[in-house]
Amino acid sequence: MSDLHQTPLHALHLSLGAKMVPFAGYDMPVQYPMGVLQEHLHTRAKAGLFDVSHMGQVRVTGADYTSAAAALERLIPVDILDLAENRQRYGFFTNAAGGIRDDLMLANRGDHVFIVVNAACKADDIAYMQAELTGVSVTEITDRALLALQGPAAEAVLRTLDPRAADMRFMDVATLTLAGAECWVSRSGYTGEDGYEISVPADQAVALAEALLAHDDVAPIGLGARDSLRLEAGLCLYGHDIDAGTNPAEASLGWAIQKVRRAGGARAGGFVGAEVILPALSEGAARKRVGLLPQGRAPMREGVPLFASEDAATPVGTITSGGFGPTVGAPVAMGYLPTDLFATGTTVWGELRGKRLPLTVAAMPFTPANFKR
Amino acid sequence: MKYTEEHEWLRPEDDLIVVGITEHATTQLGDIVFVELPEVGATVTKDDEIVVIESVKAASDILAPLDGEIVEVNTALADNPALANEDAIGDGWFFKIKPSDPSQMDDYMDEAAYNAMIA
Repeated sequence: MSDLHQTPLHALHLSLGAKMVPFAGYDMPVQYPMGVLQEHLHTRAKAGLFDVSHMGQVRVTGADYTSAAAALERLIPVDILDLAENRQRYGFFTNAAGGIRDDLMLANRGDHVFIVVNAACKADDIAYMQAELTGVSVTEITDRALLALQGPAAEAVLRTLDPRAADMRFMDVATLTLAGAECWVSRSGYTGEDGYEISVPADQAVALAEALLAHDDVAPIGLGARDSLRLEAGLCLYGHDIDAGTNPAEASLGWAIQKVRRAGGARAGGFVGAEVILPALSEGAARKRVGLLPQGRAPMREGVPLFASEDAATPVGTITSGGFGPTVGAPVAMGYLPTDLFATGTTVWGELRGKRLPLTVAAMPFTPANFKR
Repeated sequence: MKYTEEHEWLRPEDDLIVVGITEHATTQLGDIVFVELPEVGATVTKDDEIVVIESVKAASDILAPLDGEIVEVNTALADNPALANEDAIGDGWFFKIKPSDPSQMDDYMDEAAYNAMIA
């Protein structure tokens, strides 16, 4: 335990009765006394507060925004140069084989690019940027916590601390003053709900968390519900649904690569792995990440092999994330299937405890997204 | 009532033993969302994996605590797995077994010993 990092909210989690588990080198709350199921439902009905301070916050600064953005476009295949000031978008680092090194959120903060990366990858990501990028400085921000306030009540709660929160649209970024702290806030999250992600100075994080939790509608939510929420929302978990061996076309993440970076675009290619990824996007991938709904009640989790028929000898794919979807009220999963099986409505078979059980290929998200566009 | 180290409770009912899991176990597992019960009429051997429980977090197995025949299963639990959380030692029972060697019950803990184990 002693070698685990702690976030600035660690003592608060303990005082709230959290069950702590090691996650990406941090001692993190997996659930509170409310329990994973109720925490999930509470977030979809009201608002949940998540500690995501284990994630990496990185500032990339060049002579100006354009130089930092141009440098990053060599490593990240999304349109960073044309991203408007105080707007955010989803992206990922790619590798030479066309796979995904990590997925991330990046924002135009006027004079720099602000990036949030996965906890498990952050050391590698930062070293990679520092090694590969010239003419820019890459700085990990270690004196800030990161909170997420997610759910339909998030706006009503946050506007009581700073009314400007209500003016933000999905993927807007702003500096707000929350409980006396200068916070970098984006209207985004990873639950499929409306909400905010809030970078707050570490020494003011507990006061902000307590101010948010003081609202009747806000409950603390652990990593267990964070996982079931993102799964129902059809969002990828790095290292599970996407990794160094999956390219964005296979991962059904082509939408994140804007036209300007694709074949025929004004800045086509010019990123690591483009010679693999661009043809895969235009020609189609041989396998794709799809949503899967087990037809029975048994959850099918990561690693369950998928078969084309009840008696086929060889698996054609694998479940990469799966579990019970509390809002759906049934098991949900995602996984990879070959071209001839990934059409919505197709029945495939998962092998669970020696039995073949049917699943239906389904559109994602499994629950309607509830963003403030 | 007797208890196993696997957090099952065993309650004699005439010549049958009713089996479920303890409140301590359901609290540890979290919200239970799926229970797969054995088939009625199945002959089982002590330590066979005969029940699968899935919580929101993970799958776990329940072992047959005794040799015998499964004579009844709780179909209400299969339809509503949350019963195991709501009433672990009552409506959340799993199955009834007719033991072939009732003396196997002697191997298990009484309530005081179980409570000491989980304390």
